[in-house]
Amino acid sequence: MEKNPIIEIRQVAKRFGEILAVDGVDLSVGKGEIFGLIGHNGAGKSTLFKMMLGLESPTSGEILVDGQRPRGEAFRQVRRTLGYLPENVVFYDNLTGLETLWFFADLKRADRTTCPDLLAKVGLGNAARRLVRGYSKGMRQRLGFAQALLGHPKILFLDEPTNGLDPEGIGEFYRILAELRAHGVTVILTSHILAEIQERVERVAIMKTGKICAMGTLQSLREQMDLPLRFRVSRLDDDADALRRLLQQMGKTSVYDGGRGTLVVECSRMQKMAVLRVLASATREVADIQIEEPTLEDVFLGYGNERAGTGEPIPELSEEWR
Amino acid sequence: MRIDLRQVTTIAAKEFWDRIRNRWVLVTAIVFAAFALTITYFGAAQQGGVGFMGLEVTIASLVSLVIYLVPLIALILGFDAIVGERERGSLDLLLSMPITRFELLLGKFAGLSAALAFSTLAGFGLVGILLSYQQLDLPGLYHYFGFVLSAILMGMAFLSIAVLTSVVATDRARASGAAIGVWFFFVLVYDLVLLGVLVGTGGAIGGNAFSFLLLLNPADVFRILNVFSSEQARMFYGLATVFPQTLSDPWFLGSIMVFWIAAPLGLAAWRFK
Repeated sequence: MEKNPIIEIRQVAKRFGEILAVDGVDLSVGKGEIFGLIGHNGAGKSTLFKMMLGLESPTSGEILVDGQRPRGEAFRQVRRTLGYLPENVVFYDNLTGLETLWFFADLKRADRTTCPDLLAKVGLGNAARRLVRGYSKGMRQRLGFAQALLGHPKILFLDEPTNGLDPEGIGEFYRILAELRAHGVTVILTSHILAEIQERVERVAIMKTGKICAMGTLQSLREQMDLPLRFRVSRLDDDADALRRLLQQMGKTSVYDGGRGTLVVECSRMQKMAVLRVLASATREVADIQIEEPTLEDVFLGYGNERAGTGEPIPELSEEWR
Repeated sequence: MRIDLRQVTTIAAKEFWDRIRNRWVLVTAIVFAAFALTITYFGAAQQGGVGFMGLEVTIASLVSLVIYLVPLIALILGFDAIVGERERGSLDLLLSMPITRFELLLGKFAGLSAALAFSTLAGFGLVGILLSYQQLDLPGLYHYFGFVLSAILMGMAFLSIAVLTSVVATDRARASGAAIGVWFFFVLVYDLVLLGVLVGTGGAIGGNAFSFLLLLNPADVFRILNVFSSEQARMFYGLATVFPQTLSDPWFLGSIMVFWIAAPLGLAAWRFK
């Protein structure tokens, strides 16, 4: 648990009729942290978000956001300091981008004069006076982000924030996120595009069918998983048998031909340095080395396949190498 | 919980200006004015003449127009107030703001009421001005104003029912269906059924019970409000024979109308929780 939590969730469950959308979640997010909530569609991320914002009330358990339960008059004050970007946000077609921001600024008691700057910040400066009707999906998403930033929020809830953005937009989004982090804003964001957020969040929680099945920093998750590292070795020498034998002698490594003059070595993290020493000493055989660390995608798929912690290579990923 | 009027005003202003911008108010005002002018001019055609007739007859004709038109327009105006936001996906965003559900509901209702009132006033006001050139004296104007005011109140009552529909319905299609159903029931079916029961039971239902049943329909409350203020019209409708004088006090009827505005809205607020 975090030392200085701004969001605390204890044993929270939410039932919709027969369906248990969120099933006993414990979670705490520290002040100023960038926290990623990962999961497939329907894993319960959005429901968890809605409960944190007081849009749904939990069937059981307790939620504290900035020390307040998300309900009642006291939470109204907290809401002024929250920013929320819903999944697939839709705005009013008959308003311009600027008018949309004005409307939400009024509701949030934020200063209307900040609206043009916010629009410029998310790259909509030129579209401010155009009707939202003519906005593309990416522009609507940018407008949604500008809306979430109204009134300098302390906590940002971003549900699939990069959905519909082009690569340039995604880059800009994370640039703004880094800026916010520097100002101490707490950000919780959800995604199912893992590769994209893994370098940008401090901790992640992986949600599956309403439960959190793993939580921690990426490094700790990788270590927990003990996913194999991959060395892709470009050979100088056509005859790699000597090198192959040398590596196989180390045990617990798997060595195979990667095609096009490469050799692939898979080993556990524990053996990383030992393998590197062998490769470094083989100056006559080795031209170049690429090291492939397991991505969060691998971690996620690992959990998804229920192979967590077994240390076995993940079938989907290994097949493409063999 | 405290009601923050600024939040209510923000929502109401948006709803109102939306209706101004998409020309809803303008079109509705023109429709009202056109119908009203036609009726004031040709309303007496079945009596064998055209041209502006006496005020009492004009208002009586306008009442039968308004009783069809205003509830329909109010129901169309309000049926997607909440369900529309829900279907669009903007309801969650709105409710994540520092606003309560009741404030949102009240703001929607107030803004839509303002749009309806504005177009009613503009449409019938225009006709009122034309009438006053012809024949209206001060008491006549007063009477005409009472008619317009009661039309607005009836519109608000149906708007309130529409907002209730928009809270209860799961999607826009159902909400619009329910709104049309409400119109059919109160405007077309209710009086027929009541009349049928009255005739069928051979008058076994007493006059008081019958009057009470009339108060259960805001459209009838509107009719009684306007018809009873005029001796001539009362004869015209033959209502005096069944309706006791004690229940025809405009203040009493007015408060019944206010009840019809408040009750569905209260129910909507309760269901919206």
